[in-house]
Amino acid sequence: MTSGVSAAQQGPGGPHQSLHRKASRGSILADRVATVALWGTGVFVLLLLGAIIAHFAIAALGVVSPSFVLDDPSDTVLGGILPILWNSIYILALTMLIAVPVGILGGIYMSEYAGDNAVTNAIRFAEESISSVPSIVVGLFGLILFVSALHMGFTALGGAMALTMFNLPLMTRLAEQALRAVPQEERSASLALGATKWQTIRHVVVPLAIPGLVTAVILTAGRVFGEAAVLLFTSGTGTPAHYDFSFFNFNDPAWATTSPWSPFRPATTLSVYIWKLNSEGLGAFKNQIVDGSAAILIGLVLIFNLGARGVGRLLTRRLTAV
Amino acid sequence: MNSGDDMLATAIQPAPVLRAIDVPARMARDEAATESNSIKIDARHVSISYGQKVAVRDVSLQVQARSILALIGPSGSGKSTFLRCFNRMNDLIPGASVQGTVSLEGENVMDPDVSVVELRRRVGMVFQRPNPFPMSIFDNVAYGPRRRGMKDRRKLEELVETSLKRAALWDEVKDDLRRKSGLALSGGQQQRLCIARVLATDPEVILMDEPASALDPVSTLRIEELMRELRKAYTIVIVTHNMQQAARVSDVTAFFTMAEDRAGYLVETGPTGRIFTRPTERLTEDYISGRFG
Repeated sequence: MTSGVSAAQQGPGGPHQSLHRKASRGSILADRVATVALWGTGVFVLLLLGAIIAHFAIAALGVVSPSFVLDDPSDTVLGGILPILWNSIYILALTMLIAVPVGILGGIYMSEYAGDNAVTNAIRFAEESISSVPSIVVGLFGLILFVSALHMGFTALGGAMALTMFNLPLMTRLAEQALRAVPQEERSASLALGATKWQTIRHVVVPLAIPGLVTAVILTAGRVFGEAAVLLFTSGTGTPAHYDFSFFNFNDPAWATTSPWSPFRPATTLSVYIWKLNSEGLGAFKNQIVDGSAAILIGLVLIFNLGARGVGRLLTRRLTAV
Repeated sequence: MNSGDDMLATAIQPAPVLRAIDVPARMARDEAATESNSIKIDARHVSISYGQKVAVRDVSLQVQARSILALIGPSGSGKSTFLRCFNRMNDLIPGASVQGTVSLEGENVMDPDVSVVELRRRVGMVFQRPNPFPMSIFDNVAYGPRRRGMKDRRKLEELVETSLKRAALWDEVKDDLRRKSGLALSGGQQQRLCIARVLATDPEVILMDEPASALDPVSTLRIEELMRELRKAYTIVIVTHNMQQAARVSDVTAFFTMAEDRAGYLVETGPTGRIFTRPTERLTEDYISGRFG
């Protein structure tokens, strides 16, 4: 093969290697190992996720039904989890109501206004440190601060605020990263057109950061759904019997402590409920309820994540259009 | 229209520095035309440094109204940095400091109480890489006027149309102004969109930082044609690495190079026709004849 083209192989860089020359055996092996290893890791993660979902989907087969979602808990029959499901959504909403706006504003400050100096580095370090404090410690702090010192007792609000302490740093850090990822030239283009800094942030930087901000919201919300330890000590563990969703009369003295709309009542969430039933539950249907609740919780997380992405897409369209 | 002396000078130096670059005949006429014009930008003793490093040292030059000034020179000679002080984009770089004055129609733009927002409306900028916003074509062009509070739909539509027409892009995009993203256009179209976006803010001066360096030759020529057209109404300052481009498009050329401490400085400035045929400075001659840079 090579003899006929030997003259042509004398190029300016000296003799060329034939295209047919085999790469060294070591590098081929390394390439294959890397490919297989990376593939394997990806498949492993997918299988793990699939296994978890499949396990609870199968376990929940005979349990999850419309009545399981819509009924009150019961001691004698399977019953449902409506009040607890409601509490999960309620505490999520309450937490995100504080964490998302404050986190995004904080992220904007950290990314667009605060420079790189000792103070902002200290803030970033604190954000990352608080995020990795064990949640049980945050729960204890919430117990001391909200439940005892502020005499709030076990409340949804106390739980949401403890969760916010835990989540806000993460939300801020992720929001900052999402905003920083917007290319500098987009900012330059806007500023060079005579837009002010705030206009640039509002009309260019934030809209372009929305996919990243949605990821930040999803990751933060995921921790709210899954968090049990923080809420054990702050929003309580009692199983609510029945919620009257038509109880809107604020003037009734019982409203604050019994209405499902009130933030000043104890609120056991799905994660806490699962933990409680699993460790202390005695009822005959305990295992079914745990499996069903877990399946519902997974479903809730999936619905929330897909919903958040949908809202993100809509927002991007709205914000970049005007 | 050329002066007799210039003709004579051409005759005395029969071997022009660059044969590859043919200076359009039109340019000779334009040279004389710009002489009588008023001064739009007057930069005096401008030095720019980043921290300890001096990027531009003591540059003074003037830009005639309704003319095209080309800044040429090797990489790192401070052309872009110098250009960016005309609309104070250097403000955005931490640690950058500018000495000297840059007057826009007699007003020093370096003055701390100058409104950079208003300055940048009057002095628009087109960047090296086309950078339309990821929005519709319409929203891209309407961006500047909207930020200044223009809400009236009819007025905006009118302004978008005029701006796109002036940027020679209207015919290509008029059917999907609102449907198509600015990013869905070709590179050359994107750059004309960026020019339209600047025109919509009704500027007096347009700064172009290597506006065609990321474009193919055909798109480049279209941008150059457009610049010649825009020159009738606007003052244009262009930074370019492409000497043919400077020769084809500009009325006045300023040659920058680097000193031994790597600070950029202005070697000489003059009518483009003369700079490319009979530069005064040895450094200029070496650069444009390809012996350096």
